[in-house]
Amino acid sequence: MSDLMTKPRHTSPAGHRGTPRRRPKKPIPSHLRTLVSPHQLNSPWGRRIYWAVLVTVVVSFTLIFVFPLYWMVTGAMKSGEEIAQMPPTLWPAAPTLDAFVEAWELFDLPTLLRNTGFYALGAWLFTMIVDVTAAYALSKLRPVLGNVILGAMLATLMIPPMVVLIPTYLVAVEMPVFGWELLNTPWAIWFPAAANGFNIFLLKRFFDSIPRELIEAAQIDGAGPLRILVSVVIPVSRPILGVVSIFTVVATFRDFVWPLLVLTEDETMTISVGLSQVSNMVTQNALMAGLVVASIPTIIVFFFFQRHIMAGLTAGSLKG
Amino acid sequence: MPVPPRAGIPADLLEIPMIKRNLTAYGFMCAALICFTFFAWYPIVHQFLLSFQQTNFVTEAEWVGLDNFRTVIEDPAFGTAWLNTLAFTGLALLCGYVVPFVVALVLNELRHCRAYLRFVVYLPVMLPPIVGVLLFRWFYDPGPGLFNQILDLFGIPGLAWLDSTSTALISLVIVSTWMNLGSATLIYLAALQNIPSDLYEAAELDGAGLFRRIRFVTIPQTRLILLLMLMLQIVATMQVFLEPFLLTGGGPENATVTVAYLMYQYAFVYGGNFGAGGALGMMLMFVLLAFAAVQLRLTREEKM
Repeated sequence: MSDLMTKPRHTSPAGHRGTPRRRPKKPIPSHLRTLVSPHQLNSPWGRRIYWAVLVTVVVSFTLIFVFPLYWMVTGAMKSGEEIAQMPPTLWPAAPTLDAFVEAWELFDLPTLLRNTGFYALGAWLFTMIVDVTAAYALSKLRPVLGNVILGAMLATLMIPPMVVLIPTYLVAVEMPVFGWELLNTPWAIWFPAAANGFNIFLLKRFFDSIPRELIEAAQIDGAGPLRILVSVVIPVSRPILGVVSIFTVVATFRDFVWPLLVLTEDETMTISVGLSQVSNMVTQNALMAGLVVASIPTIIVFFFFQRHIMAGLTAGSLKG
Repeated sequence: MPVPPRAGIPADLLEIPMIKRNLTAYGFMCAALICFTFFAWYPIVHQFLLSFQQTNFVTEAEWVGLDNFRTVIEDPAFGTAWLNTLAFTGLALLCGYVVPFVVALVLNELRHCRAYLRFVVYLPVMLPPIVGVLLFRWFYDPGPGLFNQILDLFGIPGLAWLDSTSTALISLVIVSTWMNLGSATLIYLAALQNIPSDLYEAAELDGAGLFRRIRFVTIPQTRLILLLMLMLQIVATMQVFLEPFLLTGGGPENATVTVAYLMYQYAFVYGGNFGAGGALGMMLMFVLLAFAAVQLRLTREEKM
């Protein structure tokens, strides 16, 4: 996890210099010994192969992962005729934002964005309150049957939500015992978002690592469990809270199947569902404009919280 | 690191008497218990009951024994759906399991543009899936779609992509791989960076070439992650729903009907046959649970 988060370090140039003396070149940095040895890497052929591979990888990655997005953005800036033109133009002849204006009104993007943002933020707040308190109780108060409950929560990770879609939907139609109908209410999103075993796992594991002395000191000062949670545990757990927050917000924003089932009215739809509903009835450029608008929030989040996201990703892979 | 519990003192908040501590703990947990009960535990139990019942929400649910299972098994789409799901899983593993490992191996050797490459490969994972799917639906358009235009550039006749029984499933695999490749790649990359460099040095001193080093150092060192990812990806791809739902609607001629898609159809399209949908969900659940159990076992073994 930590390796992903550290920037590539620079090595001292005195290290391994495999190139002939006559043409001193900057050696390829090799602070980390990997498959290929620094010596091999800096030999004349090694350098050639290295640069050839590097260029190939950069170019193909750009083509495979960035070009489709470029096509989406430029497609949204083309006119209706130009986007259907064969062969297509690489750059719009007369770039225009008309498609965005059209999409904005046609899809009712303001409503969709507002709904999705509201669900995501609410899910974040609700998940934080519910999962942090539960993980704290399991980690620091260790109640009777705590391990059984933890085990049952983690066991739900083995059953993907898709296979229990139907019974979960029936709970949203009418929540047993309480008799609430959650369809087309934000709670249909927020309740299942908080029932996330992975959050509990990450939080509890982090809380377990908080030194006992810190808690004892607060206790000697007369702080109760709630006070300790708010003024000791939460402040020192900021890294993991960041990871859980971003995961919750992004997951809610990206979700499709569940909101498709439970938020069916035009006024309550999320942006993903809204786009899919009208995708067959609008022009291609307006649809692309809608997709661009739907992508922007996630790309912004990714740009600013890259490290948290990647750290959380690797933490996730090491569970179990 | 977890602090080892001191003898006789079970909790960190040790001053609090037992009963009060438990009451406080359950007070803190009650919201989570409600969420998990209704949206995680009860649905699993209900799925089981549902598959043996016939419900229409007006009259009382009726026990029908194995009727629901009979209904779905006798459905001509049933066999096709399982075959398609297996084919999709197999193809998606080929692309989504082997390719990311090779990509991660190469990325780990590169000393430049690392941040850019990592960012770019993970970008599609961050996008809402609807964006990737609808974008590729446009690319697959046999007329002005990007893919046929690129083929045309090289003088290759265009394909029907989603409209042909022979290419529809592989088209779905391509979208799915594009959207999910990044997470596996970054997970492998992190695992590769944890391999101690002296192992490579020792192997090299013993005269091991590049491929032998991969075979005898890299793969054994990342074995746990490789096994875990295999299981995770099988579970993730076997429940494929979004791609057939949005791109092909199961067609052409049921070529892309998957188990999850069929389940959805029973419950929400064919007039609310929740019993049959539940039965199908049960079958999928048991298959996935079997994989999850294998995964759990492998992790346990590795730890010992």
